[in-house]
Amino acid sequence: MLMADAPEVHLVFDRPESLTDVDTHYCPGCSHGIAHRLVAEVIDELEIRERTIGVAPVGCAVFAYNYFNVDFAEAAHGRAPAMATGLKRVHPEAVVFTYQGDGDLASIGIAEALHAAARGEHLTTIFINNAIYGMTGGQMAPTSLPGQRTTSSPCGRDVETMGMPLRMSELLATLPGVAYSVRRSLHNPKNILQAKKAIKRAFEIQIEERGFSFVELLSTCPTNWGLTPSESMTWVEQRLIPFYPLGDYKVI
Amino acid sequence: MPTELIKGNTAIAEAALRAGLDAYFGYPITPQTELLEHLARRMPELGRVFLQAESEIGAIHMVYGAACAGARTMTSSSSPGVSLMAEGLSYIAASDVPMVLVDVMRGGPGLGNIAPAQMDYFQIVKGGGHGGYHPIVLAPATVQEAIDLTYAAFDLAEHYRTIVVILTDGCLAQMMEPAELPPMRERGSPISKAWALSGAKGRERRVFTSVHMSPEEGEAFVNKCARQWDVITANERRCVSEQIDDAEWLLVGFGTAGRVAQSAMRAARAAGLKVGVWRPISLSPYPTPELKALAPQLRGCLVVEMNTGQMVEDVRLAFDGRVPVSFFGRSGGVVPLPEEVLEAVHRMIETAKEVVC
Repeated sequence: MLMADAPEVHLVFDRPESLTDVDTHYCPGCSHGIAHRLVAEVIDELEIRERTIGVAPVGCAVFAYNYFNVDFAEAAHGRAPAMATGLKRVHPEAVVFTYQGDGDLASIGIAEALHAAARGEHLTTIFINNAIYGMTGGQMAPTSLPGQRTTSSPCGRDVETMGMPLRMSELLATLPGVAYSVRRSLHNPKNILQAKKAIKRAFEIQIEERGFSFVELLSTCPTNWGLTPSESMTWVEQRLIPFYPLGDYKVI
Repeated sequence: MPTELIKGNTAIAEAALRAGLDAYFGYPITPQTELLEHLARRMPELGRVFLQAESEIGAIHMVYGAACAGARTMTSSSSPGVSLMAEGLSYIAASDVPMVLVDVMRGGPGLGNIAPAQMDYFQIVKGGGHGGYHPIVLAPATVQEAIDLTYAAFDLAEHYRTIVVILTDGCLAQMMEPAELPPMRERGSPISKAWALSGAKGRERRVFTSVHMSPEEGEAFVNKCARQWDVITANERRCVSEQIDDAEWLLVGFGTAGRVAQSAMRAARAAGLKVGVWRPISLSPYPTPELKALAPQLRGCLVVEMNTGQMVEDVRLAFDGRVPVSFFGRSGGVVPLPEEVLEAVHRMIETAKEVVC
């Protein structure tokens, strides 16, 4: 009798099928969770979960394979684009993506990333740029800002001795093999929605076999920035975005 | 199949292809480059994957990906290039995926030179990358043996889901010899492998990772590998011998050095000396019981290598002091001559007499 009287319930928010139902190891306020969810929503919406293979990096996202409900491999540090190349060449019908942080992609793995892109591999790379090494405890990244204090640049990044940060979206956009290279941010709902659109377009470009697709996501690291989650979102807006302008650097 | 005159590098490449190689990734380095060049032409002809990587690091991690995808996959390189592959080899070993590596050793250390050498026995046989894993290592001494071992290597790699290394050198790789190539095998489908990544269609997702965060999990994995290695050690030892029945003196060498030792043995026999030759083909697992079994009949053993003494340690371990073991080596890219090995045999016999007196 109670059933008959119960109001009709509509499910308005649920876990995407492409995410697993487990606790996360990410710190509170870290935007990896947002990025994971966006990628999973896109995989669901494109109905490609059963032919997607992900490649995880070394860094905070090393356990990404625990969270995505798709086939996954965990690569050595920086080598995800090479490993993804091997997977994709054997299974050209699969949708293969790498998920990499700034140390992994822009420092130790820059050769693998640039060459996979230069070959125009039909891969999608989600690049998480939070301007710091998270997992090892806050060292300088290739994307740390000039003057940014980290545990390995305690007086701030001195560009005279440590060089200037790398802008990967701009760099990759110069390569003929790259079909899509854009930078988005995860610091507020509007930008999160725009990030999702870019991720979806990147996967579509892979499916259409148009070349290498790359989405850089400006992200937070409250723990190693020494800021609250809320302050971190502001730091992205006020510090990261001026140095790393959001935009489409290449769209074919 | 007809016998043909074929170069070592080309023979290995063609044997791999006929064994059902799905995907090859490599980087040019002398003296293995003809292997890559042969596959650059042949693999696309057959609609298979060939890719020249940006580096040996790239190549080995492409192999890692292809292996996780269930492909029969291979790379090849030479000493300095194999050093760069060490990282990937360790990850592959930690992920229980099969692959074949051809290492055409050259003079070292450093950039060294492009001449034949066996200076990377320790590097390959004892692991190569970090973490104490064991690859199966097979060392051919003729082009025909290189073909046969390469043809068998993929089945071995898949059966045990392990790394198989064909360890050879610039001499055999560059040499042309008459040899017979095996028939072309039907290829299996990578997707049919019950462990491979292909997309979780109608099944639970699969994951390959080499991370074991808890020490207990890490130890359990390492112990599992150790038990697997016991099985491989029991089943996969290979060696050959010649003139061993009445031998009192033993020459031991692998690959090219084993062949030089064979020539020296024949010269010694012609001079009336009771010399036999024993050549391990599997350097890992080492045929220790087979070598040890020869101890009672031997008065001395001479190990010949193209280095300053590496495998000799395993020979000494096998004999455990029961047989005096001496060493003769040339290194840095110099190949020993049978005449100088024969002189070393004479020295071994003279020394033994002095000890007896």
